[in-house]
Amino acid sequence: MHTLIEFAKPILVPLICAVVIVAVLPLVAGYIVLLERKLMADMQARLGPMRVGPHGLLQPIADAVKLLLKEDIIPEEADKAIFWVAPLISVTVAMLAMAALAIGPWFQIADLNIGLLFVMGIGALGIFGIVLGGWSSNSHYSLLGALRSAAQLVSYETAAGMAIVGGLLLAGTLSTREIIQTQDDYGVWFIFAAPVGFFIYAVASIAETNRAPFDLPEAESELVAGYMTEYSGFRWALYFLAEYTNMVVVASIATTLFLGGWLRPFAGTKAFDFLDYLPSLLMLVFAGYCFYRVPKQPVKIQQAVLAAVGLLLILLAGILAAPLLVPAGSLVADAKAGLHGAFWFLLKVGLYLYVFMWLRFTFPRYRFDQLMHLGWQFLVPLSIVNVMGIGLALVLHRQWGWGHLPAFGLTTVLTLAVAGWLAWAGEKKEKQRAIVGEEA
Amino acid sequence: MLDQIVFYFFAVLAVISAVMVVTRRNVVQSAIFLITALLATAGIFLQLHAEFLFIVQVILYAGGIMVLFVFVIMLVSLDVSLNQVQFNRQWWLGLLLALVLGAQLTIAVAVGRAGLPLGEPAPAKMLEPSTQLVGRVLFSEYVLPFEIASILLLVAMIGAVVMAKKKI
Amino acid sequence: MIPTSHYLFLSLGLFTIGVIGVVTRRNVIVILMSIELMLNAVNINLVAFSRLVGSVEGHVFAIFIITDAAAEAAVGLGIIIAFFRNRETLLGDEMDLLKW
Repeated sequence: MHTLIEFAKPILVPLICAVVIVAVLPLVAGYIVLLERKLMADMQARLGPMRVGPHGLLQPIADAVKLLLKEDIIPEEADKAIFWVAPLISVTVAMLAMAALAIGPWFQIADLNIGLLFVMGIGALGIFGIVLGGWSSNSHYSLLGALRSAAQLVSYETAAGMAIVGGLLLAGTLSTREIIQTQDDYGVWFIFAAPVGFFIYAVASIAETNRAPFDLPEAESELVAGYMTEYSGFRWALYFLAEYTNMVVVASIATTLFLGGWLRPFAGTKAFDFLDYLPSLLMLVFAGYCFYRVPKQPVKIQQAVLAAVGLLLILLAGILAAPLLVPAGSLVADAKAGLHGAFWFLLKVGLYLYVFMWLRFTFPRYRFDQLMHLGWQFLVPLSIVNVMGIGLALVLHRQWGWGHLPAFGLTTVLTLAVAGWLAWAGEKKEKQRAIVGEEA
Repeated sequence: MLDQIVFYFFAVLAVISAVMVVTRRNVVQSAIFLITALLATAGIFLQLHAEFLFIVQVILYAGGIMVLFVFVIMLVSLDVSLNQVQFNRQWWLGLLLALVLGAQLTIAVAVGRAGLPLGEPAPAKMLEPSTQLVGRVLFSEYVLPFEIASILLLVAMIGAVVMAKKKI
Repeated sequence: MIPTSHYLFLSLGLFTIGVIGVVTRRNVIVILMSIELMLNAVNINLVAFSRLVGSVEGHVFAIFIITDAAAEAAVGLGIIIAFFRNRETLLGDEMDLLKW
């Protein structure tokens, strides 16, 4: 027994983190779906789910139960083994990618030397789940969806990778922990040093997660449901889980590399220390809203649930505030880095996902050739120029002794000029093609 | 102990999937087993303290080249090919020669093992941090081969585009 | 610890399987995949020796080999697509236009 404990000691914390991630992610994915539906409803002037629980708060759980109880259909002509394995590949890979991410300074499974590359690389394997699932269903819609997906992912992986290279040049390391530390040392998040890189990564990450306006692989109006057409019940739920986990992963990469990870805004400045109270205040405001809505719920149970949610939020506020109120030096005060780091990280991830959803409800879907055009003729060249620009800025700063602002400002302007030229040239070519098409 | 378990697990996995790649009738299943074999090799790289190579293997081989393979298989896949004879007419001769080659290599390693300095490996510390070391060597001593490799890739890219074009 | 010769045995086993695939199968795609297997076996050797002598040069060579494999796969698959378009087959022994 003793030896077992000795053996387990170094792997205990990573193990707990892993279990927490695997246990909590499905729930988080469910609530992201709820948030998305609520947001979509809001933008379309509807209410969204309101029946299950107050304001639809229990809807994800009801959905999960429904999906688990549904009949599991495997098509007669399908390649059974691959059909069975494909969704598992998607989910496993998506969750595995979380292993190297640092959610707050305390919560990390492994601080790898290859950190961010690991997340990218393992995430890239998720494509097999989609492609094999689409192929094994033995249906035309599925195969078309899978082919589109493969082409799209390969194309945008290039742009995303090059955008990340830009950020890594600034950081000088691949380890997620050290990347955030470097941003702390610089005193500025990399989004301000490399805004074009962030933009490229944001666009490419939307395409990589197959979301609107790049949701061609599962375009409902063209392909039924793309590669998921033949899937039902639990397997379909697995695909969905993988998709939302992937969203969280790409958002976490962006947060780590460009948005300062677990750092508070203005982390280095003493004058902004009052921002430390923001997390608890935010929780209290939400709790207050919950209590305000309690008497308006029609059923007793719903009132109870909403009150419970309010109490939970107050509890969270208390936990977040405790390290600030307790005198320094005690155990509770030491917890501040871990708790607040996790809060800021998750808040940034949430904001990134929120912008994702915005875009989804704002833009119409791209045509396939437009998608390829944008990927290969705009984003990839621009990302290469962006890497060169950041390299130039680093040379100006480190070897010629320019300040940060002039060096990065100059190269950003140059990169933007190139972007403008690329967009203009693409537009011109498109017009010419349209004219030729009319004549023919 | 853990080292041994990891190595032999991945070694057995790699060999089994390699056999499957060669023997499966369905090309897609072959491709899946090839992916497994490549990932098992990546695991062995990790066990050998080659972290950077591990991720290169995963990104380039498993995530890049194999996606290309699967993509092409889906483009050209014919149901007819499942019912055809999978091995060529001289398969027995080829198998024999390949096995002779394998036996030769085995004998070479088994006999030559005594002569080679295959003693204690160097301390693992010398290979860390993997990324930085590989980067430094790649961009100092091997910068010319690196550039040549990039030209090779360019040539291959142009070649592939020309090949796949409908009308040249 | 694992003796380096075990890595060599693993590597030559994979290499031999790859050779068997190349010389016995008819499907061109499987032949290409067997070649990838052989390249991969070589990489194991390089990395194992790299570990033995404690230098990363073996890793660098492995990276070059992977680059090469990528180039080879791209061109090879391009040829396969062109071939399939012309002859509607994937069998290696029907690639006999130059055989008179």
